[in-house]
Amino acid sequence: MLTFLALASVVLLGIVPEQSQAIVIYTGWERHALIGSDIRLSCSFFSWRWTSEDVTFSWTYRPDGSRDSISIFHYTGGVAYVDNKGPFRDRLEFVGNPGRRDGSILLKNLDFNDNGTFTCDAKNPPDIVGRPSSVRLLVFEKVPIQAGVITGAIIGVVLGLLVLIVVIYYLMRFLVARRVFSLSVSKHGKKKKEGSQQRQIKV
Amino acid sequence: MLLLLLGIILLHVAALVLLFVSTIVSVWTSSETSTSDLWINCTSANGGYHCDPASTGEWIQAVQALMILSIIFSCLSLLLFFIQLFTLQKGGRFFLTGTFQILASLFVMSGAIIYTVMSPDWVPEVSAFGYSYILAWVAFPLALISGLIYVILRKRE
Repeated sequence: MLTFLALASVVLLGIVPEQSQAIVIYTGWERHALIGSDIRLSCSFFSWRWTSEDVTFSWTYRPDGSRDSISIFHYTGGVAYVDNKGPFRDRLEFVGNPGRRDGSILLKNLDFNDNGTFTCDAKNPPDIVGRPSSVRLLVFEKVPIQAGVITGAIIGVVLGLLVLIVVIYYLMRFLVARRVFSLSVSKHGKKKKEGSQQRQIKV
Repeated sequence: MLLLLLGIILLHVAALVLLFVSTIVSVWTSSETSTSDLWINCTSANGGYHCDPASTGEWIQAVQALMILSIIFSCLSLLLFFIQLFTLQKGGRFFLTGTFQILASLFVMSGAIIYTVMSPDWVPEVSAFGYSYILAWVAFPLALISGLIYVILRKRE
């Protein structure tokens, strides 16, 4: 039993350091935006190590239908370098906080040509092994309503009204019944008093 | 007496089944190569069958909601019928049952009308109305008649 536990712990200790070296990067899956608006693309990471001073963030952009990626943002050595000659020049701003593992960027004044996939890659030396994460940007003229929102709203409102009507009906019945009950009790009480008074007079 | 009861229940259940089929089967419009609405659009291209979720416009969602509400109200009406069958006094009328069934028929009617009027917005000209749409229109008078029978019917021993 003890040897089994010792073997298991040795195996686990052997496996865990391998996994703990991988950095895990989180971005959204898909973002919808209206034409002409701004959007913040968030990127953060999880790493077993403390946030190093040499932490780097880089964003690349691949337009829809194209196979080439272009690098649009890089943060390294405490300085953020934004796109100054590509499709996002003067429209990109760094709004992240590298100290808090946040490498988010802000895209301003979106256009239909900005539809595409944005990939964020973060490195936290010595934790550098990880998969970059991608978020897809969809720019709409009019933000479409998600499937089922109006359906659920209509069904909810109608059923809610039904429940409300039933509750009000039973409440009215209960109140009216209580009022009738209290009236009949007071009448009954008066009759009793009159009856006892008559008996006293007779005596 | 028992025959009357069975007939009424059969009518109600028939309307309910039609409502279910009309809502669940997604064939409100059909053309030679595709069927669509209310929930998925399926096209048979290149020998295979490819289905996408239906368009998420406001009007389709309204039709979906009205069809689901009509099913809910029709089921509630059936339940209420059985409850009232045992709790109503002699000579009483099945008002509540009839109200719910008539409401269900009104919901189907509104759903079918909204679909008829608004579907040209997202349906191509070559498509015709499919059988789910027709079943919805058939379910409407059945449910209405069933509801009216409940309102007129008096409970006998």
